[in-house]
Order: sequence, then C-alpha cells, then structure tokens
Amino acid sequence: MTSSRFIITVIGSDRVGIVARITTVMANFNVNIVDISQTIMDGIFTMIMLAEAPEETFDHAAFQATMASEGKELGVEVKVQQEDVFRFMHRI
Amino acid sequence: MLINPNEILETIRMVKMEHLDIRTVTMGISLRDCSHPDIDIFNENIYEKITVNAKDLVRTTEEIQNLYGIPIINKRISVTPIAIVAESCKTSDFVSVARTMDKAAKEAGVDFIGGFSALVHKGATKGDLKLINSIPEALASTEKVCSSVNVATTKAGINMDAVGMMGDVIKKTARLTADRDGIGCAKLVVFANAPEDNPFMAGAFHGIGEPECVINVGVSGPGVVNAALRELENPNLTEISETIKKTAFKITRMGEMVGREVSRRLGVEFGILDLSLAPTPEIGDSVAAILEAMGLERCGTHGTTAALALLNDAVKKGGAMASSSVGGLSGAFIPVSEDAGMIEAVNVGALSLEKLEAMTCVCSVGLDMIAVPGDTPACTLSAIIADEMAIGMINKKTTAVRIIPAPGKKVGDSVEFGGLLGMAPIMPVSKFSSETFVKRGGRIPAPIQSLTN
Repeated sequence: MTSSRFIITVIGSDRVGIVARITTVMANFNVNIVDISQTIMDGIFTMIMLAEAPEETFDHAAFQATMASEGKELGVEVKVQQEDVFRFMHRI
Repeated sequence: MLINPNEILETIRMVKMEHLDIRTVTMGISLRDCSHPDIDIFNENIYEKITVNAKDLVRTTEEIQNLYGIPIINKRISVTPIAIVAESCKTSDFVSVARTMDKAAKEAGVDFIGGFSALVHKGATKGDLKLINSIPEALASTEKVCSSVNVATTKAGINMDAVGMMGDVIKKTARLTADRDGIGCAKLVVFANAPEDNPFMAGAFHGIGEPECVINVGVSGPGVVNAALRELENPNLTEISETIKKTAFKITRMGEMVGREVSRRLGVEFGILDLSLAPTPEIGDSVAAILEAMGLERCGTHGTTAALALLNDAVKKGGAMASSSVGGLSGAFIPVSEDAGMIEAVNVGALSLEKLEAMTCVCSVGLDMIAVPGDTPACTLSAIIADEMAIGMINKKTTAVRIIPAPGKKVGDSVEFGGLLGMAPIMPVSKFSSETFVKRGGRIPAPIQSLTN
C-alpha cells in the first residue's frame, strides 16, 4: 500500500506571500502539513513540506495542477511528489 | 522530518538538472495462444491480445509519473518472437503481422513494440526464414515495430549462415527507408546471447520462458552519474567506483519502486528492473561524459576500455545490491548517435569503430546506432556482426549490432534521426574485403566455455 503523504517542495526567488499562498491552496484541498522546513540556499528560497492528504476524496491530479499554477504566478517552482520516492531512494 | 531536506533536494536535482528518468516501462505479452494456420485469424488474435492486455498501460504509467514526479519517458510492449508464434501460418511472409503489431501499438498508445524477432543461433526453421526475409519491408512499412534476430549464443556458437543473411537484410532495410537516411536499420538489432526480459528497444522481445504478461522497467541516468563524479575532488579510481556504485544504488531503488507500483496497479507480475546507463542527446546525459569525467581527454582514447569496464561493473554492483530483480542488460550503453559526447568524440577523431568494438567487450551491449557509408558491402556488415557475435559468445555476455549503412552518405557526412535516436556521423569501415570468409557459411562451433554441464 502506498503512503498518502507527500513531499512538497517550493523553490525559487524569495518574495512576500509565498508561504501564505501555497498553504492556502493546501488548506482548500484539506491537505495537512505534518512538517515544514524553510531555508534560503544561495539566495534561493527553498521550502520543503511533508504533507498528508485525506484518504478518500483527495484528487491528486487537481491538487498538483493547482499547486503548479499557483507556483507559476508566484514565480517559484512547486513540486508535489509522493513521499515513497524519497524514502525508497535514501532509506533501506 | 523523516527524510533529510538535502536528500529531497538531491532527488529533485537528479530529475531536473541531471535527466534522471525511468527510460521505459515495457509490458511483455505472450502471444503463444494466438497461433493459427490462417494468417488473418492469427493477426486478429494478436491484435486482440495486445490491445486488451495493454489497454491501461499508458494511463497507469502516466498516473505514476505524476504521483512520484519522476518522468517515465517511454511506454513499450514486447511480444513473443513472431517467428515462433506465426510459424504455422500458411503464408509466404509475415509483413502483415508487423502491420498488425503497429496498429495494436498505436491503439495502446505506446512508443514502440518489439518482438518481430527470430532466434536462429543454431539454425533456422521455415518460419524463422520467412520472418528474416520479411524484416526490410516490415520495418519500412511500420513506425513502431522493432525487430531483432539472435544469431549466436555461448551454448550454440555462431550461425554464420544467418550472419551472412543479416548483412543483406540490413542493406535492404536501409534501401527501403532511404528517404529517411535508412532509419529502418535503427529498429533492427542482431544479437548474441539475447536476454529474454530486456525492456530496451530495439532489442526487446518476450522470451519463451516468460510468464503470460509481465512488467519490465528500464531505468537510466548517465547524467546523474556524470554529475556525481564531477563533484568529487581529485578522486582516485577506487573512490570513483564507490561513487558510481552508490549512485546506481539510488537510481535502482527508485526504478524498483516505480516498477512495482505500475505492476501492482495493472495487476500484472513484476519482472525485472534493468539499470542501464542509456544516454540521450541532452548535454551531460552522456556515457562519454562519464568516461571523460574519469580523466580521459576524449572518449575513445587509450584507457577508454578500462574506464568503461570500471563504470559497467560499478553500475551492476550498485544495482544488484538495490534490487533482487535486476535483469535485462544492466550496464552501460554506448549508442553513438544518441550520445552527444560520443558524437563529438567521433567528430574530433578520438573514437573509431575499432575502439568501439573493444569497448563492447566490457559493457552491456555492442555496436549500437553506428552509421557507416551507404556503399558498405553487405558482407562487410556481416563481418562486423560476426566479430561482435564472437565477443559475446566467448565472453558469455550479450552483444548486439545496430548499424545503419546510410544510403548515399559517405565519411564526413552525418545522418539525423531526431528524438532519442539522435544524430550519427558516418564512420569509416575497413576497405579490405571479408567476402570469402562470410560466404563460407556454416557454423562457428560453440566454444569450450559452453561445456559446463
């Protein structure tokens, strides 16, 4: 069984309101933030969130598309990827 | 957070900057229950079997691609060698079968379908001969069909009659696709020790020891290995090997996860994971670049074979530790036209056909996507094949030849195939004849290595 948790990464140049707008989209889709970390690396804004989606009604494709288009408006790149991909690659 | 942010960013960098991808998800489908003496009924049977089994393949792989954010470049189908399943058809040729496969592949939405194949390493049946004779027209009149012929194994030796035939088949295929620089030949592979579960084209077919339906996955990532090596500061070769191994491990883990999820969702058995460093024409996504990162001025210079041996072995070791299902070819591919570094090496005179042949002794395949002058005689092509088959036979490994005698082209020209097939500079072949040797025919007996029982 696959996990219902996602890693959301937001990468781009820093500006006011990135966190607010991204988390609003997440709230609209009823996606809960389990963990969040944010740094500025080489002047590039990097936010990584571990998020959990509701099991039953969650529309992954629509969430992904909305997050990507929100990112585009903000001038940052937003990726929503299932947690397993990172777990498998880096953990035995 | 369970996963370290640096690890997350590493994975994202691999995909975004270093072209890490799942190169192919290939569904193997057995056609053994489709045989029928009436070729029209046979064609209906295989169309039905392929399209029913593969109906959800493309949609499911696309869902997985989106879920994990890892690109899956190709979706493909491989089938039981047609020479076997069409053997009983009362017909003079199998071109209509290739057209049916093409139609089924288009219906399923896949990129390629492999298995227009024959296994003739010890001898050819009537069906095998019909298939081999049908190859030129089959490849010229279809888009997605790939063909392969196994002419040698370590156990059986080399069928030199078949090797002789394949020179002519390649020439004819080039001629029939002359308007597109002989692209038909890019879909035709001549094998020694062909693997039955290889997901990569043009050589994929669904072997006779395989189950009813299976998912095989091919993962790639020369760009990732290249980038990892270039980050090392003045490493020695042991450290280089260690880094390649670790990188291969990570790539393989990801491929295995994706493969298992695709097969789970489709309800189809998971077969193998093939970790092969398959280059693309993208800058940096190059096996030549990896060899150059090890310290060679140009791929093809002295030391290249040693560097490639290190690379191929480290890739296998990393892959074998990461998955219990590693199979297929699993190693490094060296297709000239598909690798920007190889093309450059040929253009500056660093890489020759002879050096490529030596390199195939230590990597996972053979002379791949090599363009030679259009006037190269068929028996010279056969002799090139014979050399490569001998390497495979003696070293108990797969070797293959995918060579394009580009019509009307000569050394100094190049051919452009586009997409993943890339661009190939025309490479010179020996001007001395091999005709008498090739025309002797018969069989090169199985080597002493075959007597293992």
